[in-house]
Amino acid sequence: MIRLEHVDKIFNTAAGSVHAVRDVSLQIEDGEIYGIIGFSGAGKSTLVRCINLLERPSSGKVFIDDVELTALDEKKLREVRRKIGMIFQHFNLLRSRTVYQNIEFPLRKSKLSKAEKDAKISSLLELVGLSEKRNAYPSQLSGGQKQRVAIARALANDPKVLLCDEATSALDPQTTQSILKLLARVNKEMGITIVLITHEMAVVKDICDRVAVMEEGAVVESGNTVDVFSRPGEEITRDFIETASNIRKIHDLIADENELTKINAGDQMLLLTYSGSNAGEPLISYLSRAYGINANIIYGNIDFLKGKPLGKLVVTLSGKAEQIRQAREYIDSLGVEVEVIKE
Amino acid sequence: MSLLYTVAPNLEKLGGELIKCLGETLKMVFVSGTISFFLGLFFGVLLIVTKKGGILQNVVIYRILEKAIDVIRSIPFLILMVLLIPVSRAIVGTGSGVTGSYVALIAGTVPFFSRQIESVLADLDEGLIEASESMGFSPIEIIFSIYLKESIPGITRVTMITFVSLIGLTAMAGAIGAGGLGDFAIRYGYQMHYTDMSWVTVIVILIIISIIQFIGNFIIRKTTH
Repeated sequence: MIRLEHVDKIFNTAAGSVHAVRDVSLQIEDGEIYGIIGFSGAGKSTLVRCINLLERPSSGKVFIDDVELTALDEKKLREVRRKIGMIFQHFNLLRSRTVYQNIEFPLRKSKLSKAEKDAKISSLLELVGLSEKRNAYPSQLSGGQKQRVAIARALANDPKVLLCDEATSALDPQTTQSILKLLARVNKEMGITIVLITHEMAVVKDICDRVAVMEEGAVVESGNTVDVFSRPGEEITRDFIETASNIRKIHDLIADENELTKINAGDQMLLLTYSGSNAGEPLISYLSRAYGINANIIYGNIDFLKGKPLGKLVVTLSGKAEQIRQAREYIDSLGVEVEVIKE
Repeated sequence: MSLLYTVAPNLEKLGGELIKCLGETLKMVFVSGTISFFLGLFFGVLLIVTKKGGILQNVVIYRILEKAIDVIRSIPFLILMVLLIPVSRAIVGTGSGVTGSYVALIAGTVPFFSRQIESVLADLDEGLIEASESMGFSPIEIIFSIYLKESIPGITRVTMITFVSLIGLTAMAGAIGAGGLGDFAIRYGYQMHYTDMSWVTVIVILIIISIIQFIGNFIIRKTTH
């Protein structure tokens, strides 16, 4: 379990002081995948470095399994760090060493025998699917392969926690997916807690159990991934959801007065957000049957958050005012989020 | 051989002297070069780790070191050599001859080389340092297994440059009676107008430099991946 208590980090530079992390308290449970999402400059990279104290918090406490890291001396801290793996956006592999030697590097301080180390490295290479690249140098690998080596290296000392700092940000979408699958596997099969920093919604929604949204150094919203993104409480969270779908397009189309978005007086254009069981399409056909109104679907999208569907529909309701009102009440009663886009 | 003597007629009587001077130059380069190499590495590393944001940040040490290097570097070598005669006497027992030249050669080389090492190490990706810190390595381990190991090609490159400039400095060491090829060229090529001897000296020095560069390039090729 990782626990941050009122962590603050202030950088004093020649240009003035920068408050990179503001009063962050959070708790990350064993075995979960915890996402920290924020736009660049939100302080998330600094926050993740406060977990293994690569950046020492200006104030606040950091605990891992009830050991207060912020109270340890450098020597003890180095021992603890060996049990916290970390991977980076730019992989940080050692260029002068082969894939095998890179994975061997963190094992220098381990008490394993040479044969045990060799077996360990071979099994890690197998896990990340790079057995045949063991003698290659990093310069001969693709970005995705480099990150796989970095993951194997981070796992060499059997860590309990793996910190991922924008680990997929330098990779293309397809490679990102394969790295995320690997991380999910590492989490599931080895029971390693993963803390994942990203600015990509796609990363969070695929594998994170819980998520914290950061803005200007502070965590503005956190909780179960599905809950946070199906019922966003903050503007910034909505921004992230919009980056992952085409929903923003609708607003552009309305602004451009596109034919598609023209509605008649009395009509309403609604954005319906539904998650899990309250499925969308029966709702639309039910509305027209039960209330005698026309429900015209302009946009529809289903996202999957950790495998759970999160649907978004933009519909135009046209009909008599009273019927529309009743239809709205019915929609509300289903627990579907309704946002009026245009009326 | 006879062809050589036709081209450089004075070589016949001065050949032995030339070999002796070559030996003196090689001795100066080898002894002071080796010591300068390790001292320069040490101070270069010290500069990089103590500077702001370094793994052993220490502003006081960094400032003192930086100032000392700048001061020594700004003294012309010929003057530095004369200034260091008493220091040389105290350390190696003499202020003249080949042995008396070591202290001055080292003092003239180390500041330059330290700066070069510093700039090579500064080119290393910060991320590697951060990654090894995250793996729980101590500063000493990071210095040896990251800074120095990962920078071998760059260190080799600046070592070559430094050795070439060190050969230039040994030529001046003739001024305090250390002999060497520079002294040979001055005595015979300049003072006695044996122009052929000046050319022979130049060729011998070119050969030495070529050998250094050949070895250096070989190491760089083998260690760059």
